Amino acid sequence: MNTQIQPDPFMLNQWYPISSLQEILPGQPRATKLFGQRISYERDVAGGLSVSDGTRALPVLQQYGCLWTSLGEPAELFDIPEYPEPDRRNVNAGSVGVQVSAQRGIENFLDMGHFPYVHTGILGALPHTEVKEYNVELIRDGREIIATECLFYQPMASTVSTSGADVEYIYRVPHPTCSVLYKSSPMDAKRLDVIALFGQPTGEESFRGHMVLSILDDVNTDDFISYFQLHIFGQDKPILENQMPKRLPLDPRAETPIRADKTSIMYRRWLTGHGVTYGTIPAAA
Amino acid sequence: MNDKTWVPVANSTDLAPHHVFQGRLMGQELAIWRADDGHVNVWENRCLHRGVRLSIGVNTGSELVCQYHGWRYANRNAGCTYIPAHPADAPPRTICSKTWPAIEMGGLIWTHFEEIDPPLPELPEAGLALRPLPLAAAPELVREGLAGLAPEGFGPLDDTLQAKGPSGALRLIVQPADAGRSVIRGLVTSDEPELLLLRRLNLFLREARDQILAQAALTPAPAPIPHRVERVSEELAQMPDMVSGPARLRVRVAKKELVARDIVSLELEPLRGALPASQPGAHIDVALPNGLLRQYSLVNAPGETGAYVIGVKREAESTGGSVAIHDSLAEGDLLAISEPRNNFTLRRDVEETILVAGGIGVTPLLSMAAALQDEGLPFRLHYFAGSEEQLAFGDRLAALGDRLVNYIGLDPEKTALALKGILKSPAEHAQVYVCGPAAMLDATRATAAEAGWPETAVHFEYFANTREIDTSSSFRVELARSAMTLEVPAGRSILSVLQEAGVAPPSSCSQGACGTCMARVIEGEPDHQDVYLTEAEKAAGEKILTCVSRAKSDRLILDL
Repeated sequence: MNTQIQPDPFMLNQWYPISSLQEILPGQPRATKLFGQRISYERDVAGGLSVSDGTRALPVLQQYGCLWTSLGEPAELFDIPEYPEPDRRNVNAGSVGVQVSAQRGIENFLDMGHFPYVHTGILGALPHTEVKEYNVELIRDGREIIATECLFYQPMASTVSTSGADVEYIYRVPHPTCSVLYKSSPMDAKRLDVIALFGQPTGEESFRGHMVLSILDDVNTDDFISYFQLHIFGQDKPILENQMPKRLPLDPRAETPIRADKTSIMYRRWLTGHGVTYGTIPAAA
Repeated sequence: MNDKTWVPVANSTDLAPHHVFQGRLMGQELAIWRADDGHVNVWENRCLHRGVRLSIGVNTGSELVCQYHGWRYANRNAGCTYIPAHPADAPPRTICSKTWPAIEMGGLIWTHFEEIDPPLPELPEAGLALRPLPLAAAPELVREGLAGLAPEGFGPLDDTLQAKGPSGALRLIVQPADAGRSVIRGLVTSDEPELLLLRRLNLFLREARDQILAQAALTPAPAPIPHRVERVSEELAQMPDMVSGPARLRVRVAKKELVARDIVSLELEPLRGALPASQPGAHIDVALPNGLLRQYSLVNAPGETGAYVIGVKREAESTGGSVAIHDSLAEGDLLAISEPRNNFTLRRDVEETILVAGGIGVTPLLSMAAALQDEGLPFRLHYFAGSEEQLAFGDRLAALGDRLVNYIGLDPEKTALALKGILKSPAEHAQVYVCGPAAMLDATRATAAEAGWPETAVHFEYFANTREIDTSSSFRVELARSAMTLEVPAGRSILSVLQEAGVAPPSSCSQGACGTCMARVIEGEPDHQDVYLTEAEKAAGEKILTCVSRAKSDRLILDL
């Protein structure tokens, strides 16, 4: 019954997160899925990490508090230059399984228009629904998408303010199932908080989202930060799981884009350009 | 599958008020909902924007609102009426959810996927709809399994799953939900006590289900029919600007009614099918029997999609339009109208909305007020009229309660004073919409500017351009995209010269009031004579209304 669909080369030859490092304890082997393939991983008593698909050892990378592996031949993982800054709080906020393709998950992460409807009172509030004009471009020789000057009204813009204001966001898509978001920091006006969603495609129509934060915050506990992030993601999950089709359609005529969707239009074109078929419905040739 | 028939997909009782029922027919997921006016909608269960199920959306009683980005779809025509991410734009294109016909008979909701309506199902009168019984078995198998069974008191079911006996008449219908999924629905007519009868039939159907499922287990389950997603049009996929089509709609005057002194309302019904969606602020062109073309704003509230409603005032100095409507037009007459166009869009991302109406200018503002009220957004409608008897659409006004403030019989001086009071404090998240006679609009705009309202927060619609148009200049127009050079002589408009050359933009009012014929200016200095563009837009010189405006320079390069 388990018909396994093979990933396209672009998807295959990437690093994928499979767990936060803090959850892997010595002597407790664990298993997960990547592209429908069962893989196991464990930490030996000396602290070393290994990953296997049952027949062979898979590559191992420890980065951004996560264990990454690949079923192909991955190049270097994208850089988040802010992550190693000494005064940042780096938090692995949790991993959540979602029954929809990882690319649908990333597209939702890139979208501001749903804030007042899905994250009501937190990331947005009615009637402030406008998505103002912003910029999207390809950088690093087309290897990455970046959206800048994204403004959206947030009801409690910071812990010290009582009224709403526009908050600025920058979105990066350096990987087909990973995105990094920068947002003005309430603690330091000159610096940006980093919130990343790393998608692990467990199947074509399912993924696990690993949330990693690198923020300027010397007030809140890790538990609180994690709870907040899970709460937000918990609001997205039922919406994502009610999308039809579950794979991301790449045909421009499959859905109806508006100007606010510039980033996702670019993302879909970028996936098309790289010949991505796994987790998507490619446009008919 | 029994071809070309209506198929039941829900019980009437499934459509609770303000609820959306998720149905399924031949692999297609359906969002089934009833509006407050009783109309039953059967739509594809999918928002056109990002594919989210509409069955998890909100049924407001007049519209279906998607949970993901708040896109609103109108009752009946399923047209998208509002896209909150772009509150200043009318949904620029005909974004319409896929709909199927629906009828309600015998306590069941019926639909079909055929091109042409099949004949209506023949049903017993005074029937009682049974509780639906879903089962994971192919529809053909279920039909075969049911035929021949004999529920007590009804005798054996024939090939069409009907039975008659001492207890009364029974008709079962198998809804083909998917290749391997069915729902048994039924109608019964009997004099027996309802509860006992239903219980007996329920027991019979459960036994039948167990037999059919045992039979179905012998063969592998068929693959589900994939949900068919229709591609949107090329135009929708490319996000172009709105260009109104030349489409002419035929409508019937369903109702003509005096709604104030000298003001009649007309309800215009489609001859068949549904009317295209409209939004608050939209207007239509009406081709009158005497050959005139006139613009009228729609009064329609959200979800009021069965007919367009317009208000027409008898103008003493009418060029014939309003007199023709008042005196010659009768209920039952046919008219040709345009699709709704919207140059007066209502933003709904603001915390306070001030609506200012003068006389018959209340019509688009009534539509806006209803939409704001529907969404629970704060607003106030200030309505200036010559006398109490001239307040139009009394029942719609009454529904606004204390959000309505009337100003009766004020002279220009007192009107100016009242406007000063209304507009005294510009707020950051507030917007003003004004519609009325030219003098009042001018006064409102001036007062707002004085009080410090930014021009972008004050929206207006003139219903006529009362300025004298100076057509004495002559100049050259170059069309950048069409690579044409045309001479515009004195006495003729740019638009008429463009029309002659076959490259005209769509046009409507021909007097510089509606904005339809606007073109982009690439080079040259326009001589603006319209009342549509704002002062800032006129100063920027990047747009021109080709029906009345001309050139101060000897040539004008247009993006046409």
